[in-house]
Amino acid sequence: MVETIASVGLPIDEKLLIQKNRLIPKNGLKGDKKRISIVTGIHGDELEGQYVCYELQRRIKANYDNLTGIVDVYPAINPLGIDSITRGIPGFDLDMNRIFPGFENGSMPEYVASKIIDDLSGSNAVIDIHASNIFLEEIPQIRINELSRDTLVPYAKLLNVDYIWVHSSATVLESTLAYSLNVIGTPTLVVEMGVGMRITKKYGDQLVDGIFALMKKLGIWNGDVITPKEPIISEDGEVSFINAGKSGVFVPAVEHWKNVKKGDRIGDILNPLTGEINEEIFSPTDGIVFTLREYPIVSEGSLIARILA
Amino acid sequence: MEEKVLFELNSAYRDNMRIKGYSFGSGEKSACIVGATRGNEVQQLYICSRLINIFKQLEQQGKIKSDKSIMVVPTINNYSMNIGKRFWSTDNTDINRMFPGYNLGETTQRIAAGVFDNVNSYKYGIQFTSFYMQGDFIPHVRMMKTGFEDIEFAKNFGLPYVFRREARPYDTTTLNYNWQIWDTKAFSVYTNATDSIDVKSAREAINAVLSFLNKRGIIEYKCHEGYISQFIEGKTLVNVKSATAGIFVRYADVDARVKKDEKLAEIMHPYSGEVIDTIKAPVNGIVFFHANQPIIYSQTPLFRIIPTDDLI
Ligand SMILES: [Zn+2]
Repeated sequence: MVETIASVGLPIDEKLLIQKNRLIPKNGLKGDKKRISIVTGIHGDELEGQYVCYELQRRIKANYDNLTGIVDVYPAINPLGIDSITRGIPGFDLDMNRIFPGFENGSMPEYVASKIIDDLSGSNAVIDIHASNIFLEEIPQIRINELSRDTLVPYAKLLNVDYIWVHSSATVLESTLAYSLNVIGTPTLVVEMGVGMRITKKYGDQLVDGIFALMKKLGIWNGDVITPKEPIISEDGEVSFINAGKSGVFVPAVEHWKNVKKGDRIGDILNPLTGEINEEIFSPTDGIVFTLREYPIVSEGSLIARILA
Repeated sequence: MEEKVLFELNSAYRDNMRIKGYSFGSGEKSACIVGATRGNEVQQLYICSRLINIFKQLEQQGKIKSDKSIMVVPTINNYSMNIGKRFWSTDNTDINRMFPGYNLGETTQRIAAGVFDNVNSYKYGIQFTSFYMQGDFIPHVRMMKTGFEDIEFAKNFGLPYVFRREARPYDTTTLNYNWQIWDTKAFSVYTNATDSIDVKSAREAINAVLSFLNKRGIIEYKCHEGYISQFIEGKTLVNVKSATAGIFVRYADVDARVKKDEKLAEIMHPYSGEVIDTIKAPVNGIVFFHANQPIIYSQTPLFRIIPTDDLI
């Protein structure tokens, strides 16, 4: 059943609606039913989660008898952003993932944020699906704030991703959806995968397989599920960042999610005006390229790759 | 006056980006003034360019005190200004959310680091900045509650109000916040305009800076010393929000004294022209902030009022 979580009047004959679809077991909600919530579209240019929302529901509906708990699907937390290909909230110049938990009496974005938190809180698991941005391609991965490591890593391992990154906490991240929910005891996992403004069907299918495995563990799904792949788990210290030292056009020499040796060429930054190479980029370490630059134009400092040692 | 390139960014498609600082006097690093960090902060750029001109004259007249120096950085984001974008030209990040920066990080982190290296050792830091919502304020000095803020010094600007609010997680990456935690006494000065130049309000801001520097013993400058600033806490202001969306027809201006139940604005239906909501003052007070966009969402903060007794 489609429900409206928040509704805000826009100036000229339009309402901003935040909606979810709720799937419940055939025999109703008697007894203590577990609930999983799938959330995506906080960043309007990240679309990988759109396919996941569809595919998860398609598969549930094809075997509806196996549903034993509640599945809430929120495909568009920032609908105006998705519609206008805007990362933040159009008209507010605001990254929506920096205003949680929001507050009821705040401005429109803060009010919407508080309604979203109210609705999600109490879920047995929340999966917040991001898709990198237009600049970088990411292997399916889960990012976990070290403060929630013990609660979240066991869930994350079920989600069939390639990689789990336990990162250090930073004050600025305290206003994300995931942090705000984890603080109030609603386990929330952040998925990053693919690239902005695109859908990578393969990754979507992989994650949906994992969501079913988690649902089964939580008692929400009774059907057969895959055995999740064993993810690599790492901490900050094992991740090397490679940033552009020069501006120009980046052309990669490696493939995404492939092993590299220290000194292997990652790619070149080309100069289209002079026909010269501005910078050759080499791997600082042996490892695997889990983030790779997708958008060719780079300036000094642009992230080129992240390598897991 | 000494012009120095504080940070330079090479570009494949544009002229290099040069962030320039203009220094006056010598010796102790007394005061640093930073203008536009976003591409639409034209008023902030204007104020700094006027200040540079004035400091040049003061320096020639020997009115910058000995062993005191001042640096003005008119903008740290001319790239965005030149193409009419508020945030960074390629990835839309906000440089004023990247401090203290990281010289091996992303482009805007490098810019922030390059700037911060040059501005962080001053005794006083003054930033001209703009609010994330469109609107007008009574000119004021704004500070975050960090434990390092100095309200008494903030009153030296002689602006009508010194405003303090709670710091939120995302504030920890602003220039002002990082100045404070690295021992610079930091003040953000808000004036009336951002995207356009308001000469009267700019003059008031310039006067406030000169008055502050004079009182802090950095320059010698005779001027009207302004107001006895009133200190207000963000949480004591009364917020007035719109209950409905539509065309915003405003009657009350900033600095207006309003009586409880006085009409502040009306919301007009965008098609029928009917008044669908009347916004009234919930208390006696002074209008500190009002929104200024012509069409508004519901839930938009329209006015912030400083409550007063107002028996006279
Ligand atoms: Zn995202």
